Formats: sequence, structure tokens, C-alpha cells
Amino acid sequence: MNAAPADPPVPDPKRQDDTGRPRPRSLPDLFMSFTLLALQGFGGVMAVVQRELVERKRWLTREEFIEDWAVAQIMPGPNVVNLSIIVGGRYFGLRGAITAFAGILAVPLILILLIAVLYAPYAHEPRVVHMLRGMGAVASGLILATGIRLFGALQKNVIGLPLCLVLGGLCFIAVAVLRLPLAYPLFALGIVALLLAYRKLKP
Amino acid sequence: MNEMLHLHFQAADWLHLLLHYLSLSLISLGGAIATVPDMHRYLVDEQHWLTDTQFSSSIAIAQAAPGPNILFVALMGWNIGLNAGDRTTALLAALLTICGMLLPSTIATYAATSWAQRNRHLRSVRAFKQGMAPVVVGLVLATGWILASTPDQPARDWPLWVITALTILLVLRTRLHILWMLGAGALFGWFGLV
Repeated sequence: MNAAPADPPVPDPKRQDDTGRPRPRSLPDLFMSFTLLALQGFGGVMAVVQRELVERKRWLTREEFIEDWAVAQIMPGPNVVNLSIIVGGRYFGLRGAITAFAGILAVPLILILLIAVLYAPYAHEPRVVHMLRGMGAVASGLILATGIRLFGALQKNVIGLPLCLVLGGLCFIAVAVLRLPLAYPLFALGIVALLLAYRKLKP
Repeated sequence: MNEMLHLHFQAADWLHLLLHYLSLSLISLGGAIATVPDMHRYLVDEQHWLTDTQFSSSIAIAQAAPGPNILFVALMGWNIGLNAGDRTTALLAALLTICGMLLPSTIATYAATSWAQRNRHLRSVRAFKQGMAPVVVGLVLATGWILASTPDQPARDWPLWVITALTILLVLRTRLHILWMLGAGALFGWFGLV
């Protein structure tokens, strides 16, 4: 992997739009870009997306990325899939959204089903079972660490940290301890949180 | 995958599977990983379509493999299909679940994107972003907690909890690539240390 994200922008007219900004040249370019991006993301694509789209390809500035990411977070569905739709749609409309969506999913889907087929004959092998248990323990650690990282972002939240702790804590108890269906805590706490935030924000 | 189930799926069962994912799709705020607890409740506890091992290894393989983690949904479909038939059934079930999981959210995202872009300074849009943040963080932590506590026999499973705790420390304190951590977890398991 290239560790030099700061190479100067190459003045290639095909890769730029009217304002001189880099952009995907064509639908195949868009498809391949998102496929390669997805294939670099072991354990999730989230970490790769920012580096590829902002620092290497320069399709988005940092500020645009944060705005798009916020919308991708807000909307239902996986963040990286939503981001591919937003970015693809911006350059080529509906065709672009579908192309980027297919790019981030098609090849990884075929690959993961192949892994499942190759893995099946060895599924009863005790070593393979233990190997997956070990990887599962790491995977849960990765998700918990993501949660802790995101927790840091709450310090700037308009609701204030104490109320964030109450809302996040209630959600955690409802889902992890009481094992309630997701929709109840999500909508009930979401409405309370939205009203709290709306009151704190200046009109 | 460790042990398989033998299911007799009717058309109504396939429809229920599709409807479950279609409905999860629209409430999967904060990413599909946040809907894992609900999938576990429905697929494993209520319908008994998947074993606990099949459920958690679907997530582990998708985490280990390149590509978006959402593909764990296709692997769950694949395993349900295998439990109910052969590889053809499995392939169709994988496509059914991943399409069910992604189509509603994708259409909603595309439709809402331009609106949200134009109106991102509106008070209600900002309130939604700010308000949902703590709830989403709570959901992500709950997901990790459920996955980490699936192995629940302290005498046997404590090394797994140590690995989970070490992973959290490594992610927060170092810039080590997560591939090394997954590889280390795999090696510990392979040599019977966990």
C-alpha cells in the first residue's frame, strides 16, 4: 500500500471537472475505484474510505467528507454503502449511485461466498473452530473499541455529556441486558433525544 | 457451521425472512451492525433457523474478509439456505437477505441525500444528527457486548475475554492495523490457546 498520501495532484484534464477538481472519469472508473477500496478493507471499510476518497483520490475535501459521512450515518443502512451512493450519485446521478453501490458490494460478495464454501469442509476441524473463536473475540473488541472512540465525539454534543450518558446507557441496557427488539429503544430514545437537542440548538 | 440444522422451509418462511430484513433495513441507523441483537433474537432465539455458532461465525468471517462488514447478512442467508437445502438454496438465500437488507435503506438514502444536503443547516436536521449520536453509540457498545459475551463459561472462555480486552487497548492506544489483530486472534485459536 502506498504510504505517501501527500503526492501533488496530477494535472490530468480527464480526471478533473470544470473547477479543476479531481473526479471519477467514467462509470467503469467509479466501479473499479469502489471495488478496490472495498477490497482493502479487512474488518470493515470505514477506516479505508476517508484515506482513499479524500487523501489519495481527492474527490472530496475533508469538509465535504464530514458532511457526507454525517448524512451516511443518519440514514438507515451501512455507512460505507450509503457513502458510495451519495458520492456516485453526485457525479453520475442514479446511474452513478447504482454503479458505486455495485462496486463496493459485488466482488466482495462473491469473495465471501467463496470463503464460506472453502471453509465448510473444515468447519468441524477443532483448530478451525478455535481459530474462529479467537477471531470472534478480536472482532467484538474492534466493535467495542469503535463504540468507545465514538463516545469521545459526544463531548461536543449540544445535549451535554451527562444526558448523553443517560441516553446511551439506557440504550445499552435495553439492547444488551434486556435484549429488547431494536425498534423500541431506537424510536423511544431517539424522539426524546431529538427533542432535547432541538431545545438546545439556536433557531 | 459447527453443527447444522435441518429445516423444511415453506414459501411463507422465505417471505418472513425477507420481511425481517426489509424491516431491519429501515431501522438500521448507525449501521447494520447495530441490528445484530435483533437478528440474533429473531433468527436464533425465536425461529431457530441458525445455530449460535453459525450466527457468530458469519459475523467473524465477514469481519475477517475484505469488504463491507454488511456482507455478514449474506453469510447468515447462506447458512440458513444450507440448513434448508443445498448450495443453490444457499446462494438464493444469500441474495435474498442481502437485497432485503440493502434495498430499502439504499432507496431511502438516495431519495433523502439531496434534501439533506440542501437542508443541513435546518434546526431539525441538526437536532436529529446531535440527538441520535448518543443512542447510536449505546447501540454500537451493546453490539460489541453481546458478541463478546456469547462465549459465557468463565472457566473455559476467560482467554477470549482477555483477547477482546487486549484488542480494545490496541485499537485505542496504537495504530496497529486491525489485520494483525485478527491474524493474532486466529493464531491463538489455531494453537489451542483460546
